[in-house]
Order: sequence, then structure tokens, then C-alpha cells
Amino acid sequence: MGAPTVKIAVCIKRTPDSESRFKIASSGVAIDEAGLKFDIDDFAGYAVEAALQINEKGGGGETVVVAVGPDSVQESLRKAMSMGADRAVQLKADSVPADGLAVAKALAAELRDGGYDLILFGKQAFDTSAGVVGTATAELLGLPCVTAVSQLDVSSGRGSARRELEGAAELVEFPLPAVVTIDEGVARPRYPSLKGIMAAKKKPLESKPAQLGAVRVTVQKAELPPERPAGRIIGEGAAAVPELVRLLQTEAKVL
Amino acid sequence: MANILVFAETRAGTLRKVALEAVSAARALADASGGGEVHAVVAGPPGVGATAEQLGAHGADVVYVAEHAGLSNFERESIAATVADRAKQGGYRAVLLGFSTQGRDLGPRLAAKLDAPIGSDVTEISAAGDSIVAKHPGYANKVIVTLTLTGSPVVLSVRPGAYTAKEAPRNARVESIQPALDPSAARVVVKEVVEGAKGRPDLGEAPVIIAGGRGLKAADNFKLVEELADAFGNAAVGATRAVTDDGWRPHSDQIGQTGRQVSPQLYVAVGISGAIQHLAGMRTSRTIVAINKDKDAPIFKVADYGIVGDVLEVVPALTTAVKAARTSH
Repeated sequence: MGAPTVKIAVCIKRTPDSESRFKIASSGVAIDEAGLKFDIDDFAGYAVEAALQINEKGGGGETVVVAVGPDSVQESLRKAMSMGADRAVQLKADSVPADGLAVAKALAAELRDGGYDLILFGKQAFDTSAGVVGTATAELLGLPCVTAVSQLDVSSGRGSARRELEGAAELVEFPLPAVVTIDEGVARPRYPSLKGIMAAKKKPLESKPAQLGAVRVTVQKAELPPERPAGRIIGEGAAAVPELVRLLQTEAKVL
Repeated sequence: MANILVFAETRAGTLRKVALEAVSAARALADASGGGEVHAVVAGPPGVGATAEQLGAHGADVVYVAEHAGLSNFERESIAATVADRAKQGGYRAVLLGFSTQGRDLGPRLAAKLDAPIGSDVTEISAAGDSIVAKHPGYANKVIVTLTLTGSPVVLSVRPGAYTAKEAPRNARVESIQPALDPSAARVVVKEVVEGAKGRPDLGEAPVIIAGGRGLKAADNFKLVEELADAFGNAAVGATRAVTDDGWRPHSDQIGQTGRQVSPQLYVAVGISGAIQHLAGMRTSRTIVAINKDKDAPIFKVADYGIVGDVLEVVPALTTAVKAARTSH
């Protein structure tokens, strides 16, 4: 026996490219997905990378990626496996509800008896921008939870992490098993290699129904925010400074 | 009408701005839906109960104070247990808190403990029959979503700055409560807090933000941003992702889609081109000033006042002018 190995679950979400220009679907309650590029959400991508590095450093272990959603999430699960995850679980649902607690319940039901030492999430997903699911899953499982982690180390059954706070950082220690949500700052996600992509095709992807329970948060309306009035250039160089100060005092009243 | 509970966040024994904003949001919701009471919970080291008066001044009818020597840092497990315990006993319609770093952590814990639906980072709240309706900017502020939450209670975390803290004086009744979980039983142990820049307000609370980008050309030139912030007196300093990636500034200063999202009264973008990723973090600012040498930079499309020019020349001139303006009145 070498060093104890770590079994890690990484819960990922598939979201549209954040640089996209969005339109509202004709239903009025969602974005129009036509023509959008979807991929593993940015923060979830960092979480996958963090898991792979922990297990590479430990020389073993297992990384399992889990996602709630329709069959399109399989593409993201395959991508995570092409990066190096060992297997994948799809918790099948027609869509991912806006009810973060319902999603957390489905994930907790899947993860509860999985024997995971570490369960990772992105700190929040781009689409809902809510940051609910990871922490709520930890509570449902009764596990310690550390959010918005920018550095993560695991050794001998304990974790240590750095969290970014408002104007400060916090260094914490915690016992495993635990739930950790990942911020930027851990290493950037690797690109899948050709070998990885080939290997991922043979890795197991299990699909089963998501146990969401009652969905109590629904989207009534989605709309684009009001546009800012068009910008105004007031002048060039230091010569424009007096006019700027005048406008800040008299028009914007912020000085 | 049932009552509303607020978690009033404190730091170093004083209320944070988000705490009073959450109380004002709760007061508005209670008044608009039949006039229930607003109850607040504060948790912290001995002495934190002194905040009760200020909570009453903003509309809290009852303040529950959990004082414990072990609560001097944000002991999240103990605080979550304490607020959830209070929420269960009170039969509240809604539990409100700020969507700060603490609130991001606490909200989902409360939702899970109370089996309550949660709306995160909401900007408007109203009651509609048995449901609560809340607006939430999703997709990094690019899509505004209106959520319907059914169930009671619901948990709502309120975006900093979305509600204005308003006086609505009450003679708050103060009740002392025990933490529902001994803080020393916490499994996650804080070993060290590494303080960031001292003497400046936090990006989430500052009325003025001066932010710098690559247009400053060198890490050393960031001092021009600092000096302009000093001239305003109440300004925080932020940076673009390019700048934090290059290590000119700490990661925690990053404003943008993957960093902090801010809405100050005044945002001054210094040498920032205005990539979509950055705009997502600051476009809801009330007034935006941009200084950049490239007149076609996208930042000028959102700037109320733009100056085309070399930041190394314009910013020191602005610093001098702001100082003069501030001393003349």
C-alpha cells in the first residue's frame, strides 16, 4: 500500500459560452439556445482540473464526474473524461431547474453512499449565477463545506485551502470527507489530448433519472437588461480634466 | 401577514452595509404585504448586541442577539445552525440576508436546513399571493430573470446595493439567544486570515471604485490608481483580469465576470479596454468614467464620460483636480 488514495466526485454543469450575445426565447422564460456554444462551466472546469491534479499527485484514486441534465450533458461529461476523469454519471432530467435545492437533493441522493472523500463543485455556474448547489449538497450530506477556494491541498485524510474573501484571504483546514467549491486560482483546466479523447470513448458513462423532488423555484420571465445610454467622449488628454470634474460635480453629483 | 427574519451580518462587532440593506428590504416586503414584523438575528462576540439600536432604527421590531466568545470570526456552521433554529421557531414567511461572501455561504446552508426554496443575489422582492417573486440578474448580469418561489419560508439573499438602507425607526425589543451549535464544534477551522490592503473600503461597499487595466503599462504605474483613490477618499481599488493574472494586483481585486461584480455610484476605468468579461462586472455602476488612449475601445460605449488620452498624463491631472474640488467645499 502506498499513500492513501482519494476518491473524488466533481459535479459539473454545462453552460453557454459567457462571451455570447444572448436573446430571449419565444417562451419568454429562457434564453434562445440557437447558435450558442456550450461547454463545461468555467468554475466547474477548474474543479475538474483540481481533482485530476490531486489524484495525479497522490498516484492513484478515482475521479468521477457527475452532472444533472438532458442528454446534451453527456458531451460535457465525455470532455471531462477526455481530460482524465475515470467515469461519469448523468442524472437525467429534461432541464436543470432554477431550484438549486432540488438539484442539490438529486446530487446528494447519488453521492450519499458513493464513498467519496472529496466532492468538488465550481463556486457558481455562469447561467444561474447563484452558487447554491454545492453548499446545499454539503448540508444535505452533513459534510463540512469550504466555499470559493483558490488553492486546495489534500493529505492524510485532511484538506487545507485558501479562500478569497472581500479584501482578505482565509486559510482553513478541514477533515475529509468534505465538499469544496472552487474559484479561479487553482490551475487552469488542461486541454484534452488526442489520446485522452480516444480513451474517453471507452470510459463508463452511467445514466439514471435525477431524483429532483418538488421544484419550487421557477422562472416566470427572462429579459435583457436595459441598455446603458450610449457612451460620450468629452475630450482628449489632460485638457479634458476640468470638464470631467465639472460634470462629476454638477451632472453626476458624485464629487 | 407572517413575519420576516433577517440575518444581520457584522464584522468586528459592527453591522455591515448589507445587513441594513437586508433589513430595509425586509421592512419593504413586510409593509407591502400586510405589515408583518421584521426580526433580525445578530451573532458575534460579546458586545455585538450593541448593534440592536441601529437595526431598530432601520425597521427591526425584534433583535435576537447571540453573543459568544467563539463567534469572533465568521463561524459559518454555528451561525447557520443558530439562524436556522430561530427561523424554525418563528414560523417566518421569508429569511433574508445579504449576498456578500458570508451570505453566499450561509444562504444555501439555511435553505437546506429549512428545506426552503432559495433565491440568490436578488435585486427586487415582492409577495404575490402564496408565492414570493424575486428578480435576479443571471448570466453575469446579461439576462434578468424573474423567479417565483413557492413554499414557506423562502430564503432570499439580496444583492449588495440593490436596496438602500433607510431609517424606519422602531423601538426594537432585544432578546438574547444561545448559539445553536458551539462554535468550537466547527469542523472547518480558520488557521489564518491574510488581510488585504488596509484603509480602503471593500469593493462591494465603496461608493467610488478606481480600476486599472493593462493600459497602465507597468505594475509600478498602478500607484496612479491608488493616488486617485486617495484623492476621492472613499474609493476602493480594483483591476482587470489581465492585471491580476499578471500579478500586478492580488486576485481578490479582480472585477469582472469571474471576479467581483460591483455597482458603485462612480466607476473610473483607467487604461481598461472594456472586454466583455470586464464589463459584466461593472456595467451596472451608476456613473462610469473611462480614460483610455484608444478612442475605439469598447469601454467608451458604456462610459458616461470618456477621455481619450494617455493615462499616465490624464490620471495625475485628474488626481490633482479631484483633490482641489474636494478641499474647496
